[in-house]
Order: sequence, then structure tokens, then C-alpha cells
Amino acid sequence: MTTPLQTHTDSGGNEGSRDRRDFLRMAGLGGLALVLPAALANCADSTSPMPPSTRLSRTIGPNDAVTLDFSSDIGVANYAYALEQLEARFYNIVTDNPASDLLAGELAILNDIRAHESVHRDFLRVYLGAAAIPKLTFDFSSVDFTSRASVLATSRVFEDLGVAAYNGAGELLTDPQNLLLAGKIVSVEARHAAAIRDLIDPRSRFFAGDDVIDANGLDRAFDPLTVLAAADPYIVNPINVVGLP
Amino acid sequence: MENRNILDTVDSDLAERLLSRRAALGSTLTATFALASVPLGLAALARRAFAQGPLPAQIINVLNFALTLEYLESEFYETGVATSGLIPVGEADVFDQIRKHESAHVAFLLSVLGASAVSKPTFDFTAGNGSGTGPYADVFSNYETFKAVSQAFEDTGVRAYKGQAANLMSNDAILRAALQIHSVEARHASEVRRLRGLDGWITQAFNNIPGADAVYADEDAVRQFGISVPGITPVPRDEITEAFDEPLSMGKVLAIVAPFIVGSNP
Repeated sequence: MTTPLQTHTDSGGNEGSRDRRDFLRMAGLGGLALVLPAALANCADSTSPMPPSTRLSRTIGPNDAVTLDFSSDIGVANYAYALEQLEARFYNIVTDNPASDLLAGELAILNDIRAHESVHRDFLRVYLGAAAIPKLTFDFSSVDFTSRASVLATSRVFEDLGVAAYNGAGELLTDPQNLLLAGKIVSVEARHAAAIRDLIDPRSRFFAGDDVIDANGLDRAFDPLTVLAAADPYIVNPINVVGLP
Repeated sequence: MENRNILDTVDSDLAERLLSRRAALGSTLTATFALASVPLGLAALARRAFAQGPLPAQIINVLNFALTLEYLESEFYETGVATSGLIPVGEADVFDQIRKHESAHVAFLLSVLGASAVSKPTFDFTAGNGSGTGPYADVFSNYETFKAVSQAFEDTGVRAYKGQAANLMSNDAILRAALQIHSVEARHASEVRRLRGLDGWITQAFNNIPGADAVYADEDAVRQFGISVPGITPVPRDEITEAFDEPLSMGKVLAIVAPFIVGSNP
């Protein structure tokens, strides 16, 4: 099966032009451009689904900005890719030098989660192909990786945030296939969130606690600005957000 | 409304009832509702779902499918939690929390569907199709069986919502709510699996529940959207299958739950 985002393996222009059509259609719905933080340099790129500055360069410095253009599925998928990069890097550090006070069995769980996030990251990079944003630089200096409590608390934040991010991003997608992909990933993030929460407060209501599930039994759904603001302390590269409805 | 369930096809008078519902809602339909990440009240959620006009038959059908699954889960946990001696004290909070969520999902879907909602079927949690003597005959007297059926319901629920998301894309509010339920079901599934000594995630198509192979069919996929995942990551195959949850079609889900629904014809 070919995919709209698989431009790396797709030499034919058919899928690409479909992307472009979707993008142009979406762009016509509203041109509101939101920029986080104050970097305006790439705003001119908002008329292009793939900013040239990120299209050709796969490696950037920690201070180089990355633009996420939510007016196309490519931008939404890159948003997911950024979050999966964050999670994968975090669990890499967690499991490379595990906290000495982890309880029996907990490292195996964290190793599994590391593997899943690595798969998500690697898959999205290939799925996006030439449209993928570069590898980001992260700052986990606020995390005490020698402490089980710090590691699990940060894991919980990232997993819950990932769930809320995917839940809020579904409606931004136009291609049903991309929605299915998001669905295949988000439930795994929710499984992680529940497992981490069960490690923090075993066999309690916390795995799906009232702090994240509302009175209607609904999990959280965050818009990208809320998610990126929460992730901002951990992402060194400035992230420009454009194309939100 | 006569007693019918999701296994019947959508009524021919559905459109008519939808139109009358819209008339009943009156001027609230003209209100616009801003996107917000804060939880909304039930009434507001229902109104927002209708803000784009009457719900199309496809969405009604999907929501009634979801409602049937939530009826199933809700009654299952209400019964289990109310059965003294079934759930150990140390794990009672887990199942009471799940019970609370499934009950809320029923209420939410009823509020969105209004007069279009299907009625609650009669269930047989032994999977005996009304005989009460199905393969899970001790479901409310043997905690291990109760947990196994719970896991099967939760993992099925995750697959069911995932499989229908694309059919809700025409209504942002409903799609979002369905995704918000979907991840709650996944949290439940993870927790119940862990109570049973498993990982929270699904490895290959492995399961240790008699008769539940259909619940896990195709969970061992390693090819995703045309990409052979083992070829693009060093992560081992088991963990690749864990990293992606797979959808199930409405038909396959209904076939899985049919033995639990009295009078159904799968």
C-alpha cells in the first residue's frame, strides 16, 4: 500500500500532488498562524507544506527552529514525530543507567516502553520520509535519573501528555489512514500511562485517575499549543506553530 | 421504541427521528461552540455534537455500536462489583473505577444519541447466548474468570473504537469524544492485563484466555501502511507488535460479543 506521506519511496508525483491539494484546501479555511515562541523567521514558509529549511536538512543545531504546520497531515505527523523523539530519548537515558532504587520488574517495563517509543519514532521518520523534521535536541536536566520517583513522575507526565496530544490531534487530520495510524499509537501510549501510574500507586484508581478522566469518562484531549507549552521545558529547539484552525 | 439491538440494521425511520430530534433541540443548534480542552458538561457535549446539524446515519450507527459495547461493559462491572466475595478488597478500587467509567460512557452516548439510541440488550456473561451455561459459566464466582472476561472486553473495546474512528471524521466533537473514550478503554485494558500478570501491552497475538483468539487476531502485524517495520528499526519483533494496536471491523467485534448478547444472530 502506498501512503500519502511516503514521499521517500514514492517517485511518482501522484501522492504528492494529493498532499498539495489537501494542503491548499485546508489553507483556504483560515490563515491563522500561531507562532511559539517568538521566532518569526520561518513564517514565510506557511504557504508550503514542507518548509525548505527543514526539507533538505536532516540535522540541525540545538538553537535552530523547527516549524510545525498543522494545516496539513504532514505537520500533524511531524508533531507526533517530535513527541515520539522526546519520549524515545527520555527512555533511552532512563534505561541506559537505571535508577538504583527501581523495584523488581520495573526496568523490564521501562525497557519495553523504550522499545515502543523507539518504534514509533523510527516508523514516523520513515513514514514522513523527506518531509520529516530533523532530529531535535532535548534538555532533561530537570529530571533526576538516579531517582525512581523522578523517573516515574516524568514518565507519567510524558505518557499522559502523549495520550492527550493524540486525542486532540485526531480532528486535525484529513486522511483516514493517518487517523488510523494515530489510533494505533495512542492506545499504546494509554497502556503505558496506566502501567506507569500503576507502578506509582499500585492497584488503586490512579491508573485512570480522576485527575485525567473526567466525569463523562473521557480522557484528556489537548490542542497542540497546550501540548507544546507543556513539552517546551524539555525541547531545546524553538518550535514554530502555524496553520492551526 | 421496541427492544432491538445493534445486530439489527439501522431503522428506515432513523432520518425521520433525527429530524424531529433536531426540531426538539431548537435554537441551541444555532449556537457555536468554541474548541476547548476543558471537560464539558454532558449537555454541552451533546449540543456540540449536534452543532453541525443532525447526525448522519453513519455516525448514528457507529455510536449505537459503541453504546452496545458500553452497555455490555457497564452491566458486567456493575454486576461484578455488586457480587460480594468476587473481587478481593485490594483490587476493588480498580474495578470500581472501571465500572464508573463504563457507566459514564453509557450516559454520554445516550445523551448524544437521544431518541436514536438502541435499547440495552439482555446479556449472558457466560457467553452462552442466553443459556447461562457458556464457557465462562463461573464468571461471577471465579475471580480469575471475571478478570479474563474483563480483559477480553477491554482489549476488544480498544480495537472497536479504533476501527470506527475514521467513520466519525465528519464530526470533530464526536470524533474527539470517541478518541477520549478509546484511550480510557486502553488504560483499563492495561490495568486488567497487569492484574492478570501480563504486560499492559499486547505481544504478537498472544493471549491466555480460552476462546478469545479472535480478540487478538492480527495483533501480530509488523507491516504498517506499506512499511515493513522490522526493516527500519533495530527493535525486536515482539516489541514492534506491542508498539501498534490494531483495529477490528464492526462485524468482527459483533461476532466476538454475540455469544454475550441474548437473542443475537451473529
